[in-house]
Amino acid sequence: MATDKLVVTHAPHIRDRDSVPGIMGGVLIALVPALIAATIVFGWYSLVLVAVCAAAAVVTEWVWMALRQKEAKAIVQDYSAALTGVLLAFTLPPTTPIWMAILGSVVAITIGKQIFGGLGFNIFNPALVGRAFLTASFPMAMTDWVLDGTSTATPLGGAAATNLELFLGTIGGSLGETSALALLLGGAYLLYKRLIDWRLPLGYLGAVVVLALLVGEDPIFHLLAGGLMLGAFYMLTDPVTSPLSRKGRWIYAVVAGIIVFMVRVWGDAPGGVLYSILIMNMAVPLLDRFLPDRIFGEVKAK
Amino acid sequence: MASKTFKSGVMAPEFKKQTRGKEIIDIAVPRRVILPLKEGPGDPAKPIVKKNDEVRAGQIIAEAQGGWGLPVRASIGGKVEGIVDIRNASGQSGKGIAIAGDGSMDLEKLEPLGNDISRFDPEAIAKRVQEAGILGMGGAGFPTHVKIMPPPDVKIDTVIINGAECEPYLTCDEKVMETRPEEIVAGLRILMRALGAKKGIVGIKSHKKKSIKLISEAAKDFPEIEVNGLVDKYPMGAEKMLIDALTGRRVPQGGLPFHVGVAVNNIQTAVAVKEAVLDGIPLIRRVVTVTGSGIKEPGDYRVYIGITVEELLKEAGGMKDNAAKVVAGGPMMGQALHQLETPMGRADTAVLVMTEQESHLPPERPCIRCARCVDHCPVFLNPITLANYSERQNIEGMERLKINDCIECGTCSFVCPAKKPLVQNIILGKGIVREAQSRNGGSD
Repeated sequence: MATDKLVVTHAPHIRDRDSVPGIMGGVLIALVPALIAATIVFGWYSLVLVAVCAAAAVVTEWVWMALRQKEAKAIVQDYSAALTGVLLAFTLPPTTPIWMAILGSVVAITIGKQIFGGLGFNIFNPALVGRAFLTASFPMAMTDWVLDGTSTATPLGGAAATNLELFLGTIGGSLGETSALALLLGGAYLLYKRLIDWRLPLGYLGAVVVLALLVGEDPIFHLLAGGLMLGAFYMLTDPVTSPLSRKGRWIYAVVAGIIVFMVRVWGDAPGGVLYSILIMNMAVPLLDRFLPDRIFGEVKAK
Repeated sequence: MASKTFKSGVMAPEFKKQTRGKEIIDIAVPRRVILPLKEGPGDPAKPIVKKNDEVRAGQIIAEAQGGWGLPVRASIGGKVEGIVDIRNASGQSGKGIAIAGDGSMDLEKLEPLGNDISRFDPEAIAKRVQEAGILGMGGAGFPTHVKIMPPPDVKIDTVIINGAECEPYLTCDEKVMETRPEEIVAGLRILMRALGAKKGIVGIKSHKKKSIKLISEAAKDFPEIEVNGLVDKYPMGAEKMLIDALTGRRVPQGGLPFHVGVAVNNIQTAVAVKEAVLDGIPLIRRVVTVTGSGIKEPGDYRVYIGITVEELLKEAGGMKDNAAKVVAGGPMMGQALHQLETPMGRADTAVLVMTEQESHLPPERPCIRCARCVDHCPVFLNPITLANYSERQNIEGMERLKINDCIECGTCSFVCPAKKPLVQNIILGKGIVREAQSRNGGSD
């Protein structure tokens, strides 16, 4: 070979195989058990809702990237928009009309992500932004919990349910949040593949358990009910909207757990998980700035 | 044996199969060498030969300057071609003395210090190590005599021999461990004697069972020396990480190993010390790994210092047609060469030839703040934020996040799923901070 054509790049000259699309794709795979559970409990319409939300999110992302004159194809291929769509669908009641689901996805990507500058720059979890928008705009439709063709309350709303029913997910609730079993399977995959940091679900769920024990509520019920599992493994752990430092991640997860418990026990609106995560998303820049990890060999400040 | 380790770091792939298990190949005396006047942090040596002078192998051809300086010795016999401009592996320019070899290897030796290591005078050891031209052969090139003459108020109790060889692809130290265990132990004992250290540790990756067995056997009569297994993790061979793993001591920020009573030396440095002190042989040869998918005959070669990369690659069968990148050193920290007329110095460990396909880096994507760089950084820095500050020239931010503590190991860039050039930007940022500090009158 001609030596005047040597390729010169900066070290390191080898890179790890993991990539952004790989990580996002891995989270999508981890959501498959919950999708199957939703289809069993709520029927085929669940699949339709998930597909519609994912497609609407990807199209919205593509339009925005084209408008911003970015390389739309490469960006959309990272699966992050599809993931936002799927996660949004998981938070919706199984009877949500198609048009409402599409609207939620458009808002999630537009207000939740693109106005901040796209992937990596958003402050709030985009799927939760979409869900919060729908909750504020259509409060009736967003709390229409149907199981086996009849409207019902959710266990957190006062319906009777055994812990086994909660664990399996054969209860009223949002599409992807009811089966703790399916979510734990996916969560185990995420932890095994190291796609999420174990500190986040542990801090979040741990805070809820400790508080439940302190005030004399059933901790198992609180772990299994509502969207806590979905939030703990898939929403709170969104890398973009969680802190960089280890110390910051602990505080972020534990305080979010405290908030969700306070909303559940002393508040009277649903959506503790939703707001606990959105509120702590806001705190991330502060946590990053003021809670850096101690550096190797750093001498303790006197 | 329990494997010792440090916190964080990364399990990097090894890529050592290409050269592992093969014998070291002694190359023929090259027809030309270029000996750099400056290696490591000391002042450049001052040439004392001129064009057309006849020189013997081992003869001093440039004298050491300053306390950290080292002499330059001819590695082959022949005629001085002159003082030439060179570019070292990092692309920095300097001067070197070119020698046209006549094929002779009539080595000019030094007087051995004796046989009984326990009676050697520490100062005589330091002087000998300096005049033999010995420096850190693991890559850093720090002068060894400076390491064994710490400030008078410093007490070194432990000497570590670094057999971690954590860079992927490299096997030169492994081969030396497998073929010269007694000499490594003798070198360690000499270094311990020079420093008055009570304890010697050889750190070797636990899976290198042969090396561990041979060195343990060589050290069996010396209870003050222990051989410790290490977890196969990068950057285990980084001085601070190795000290932490083996002794549990953490070098303070901005400090050196002697601040925690430790001196660390490379495997081949130990052998060079033994040869200089017991055999009177100056440092003119070393073992380097020549490897990668782009080279025809990968292997570990015992070379003469100053051989050019071009000639060394010819010795290794030449490059394949699809070769595209030539790296001096390992793949994590090595520098891609602009030209092959680059001499291999005493601290250069390897030449890695990569194919066209391997040479180009994967495309960059937006950072998703996954914090893998933070979680894997062996010195617990925040690489992505430092890299962002560097791009924006935020000097206050880089200083606040202790950019100068970065050991430039490249772990952050390696693990980044968005394929960001993190360590590259951090190194640039260090330069920006340094410039700003010197503008402010050198205050820190």
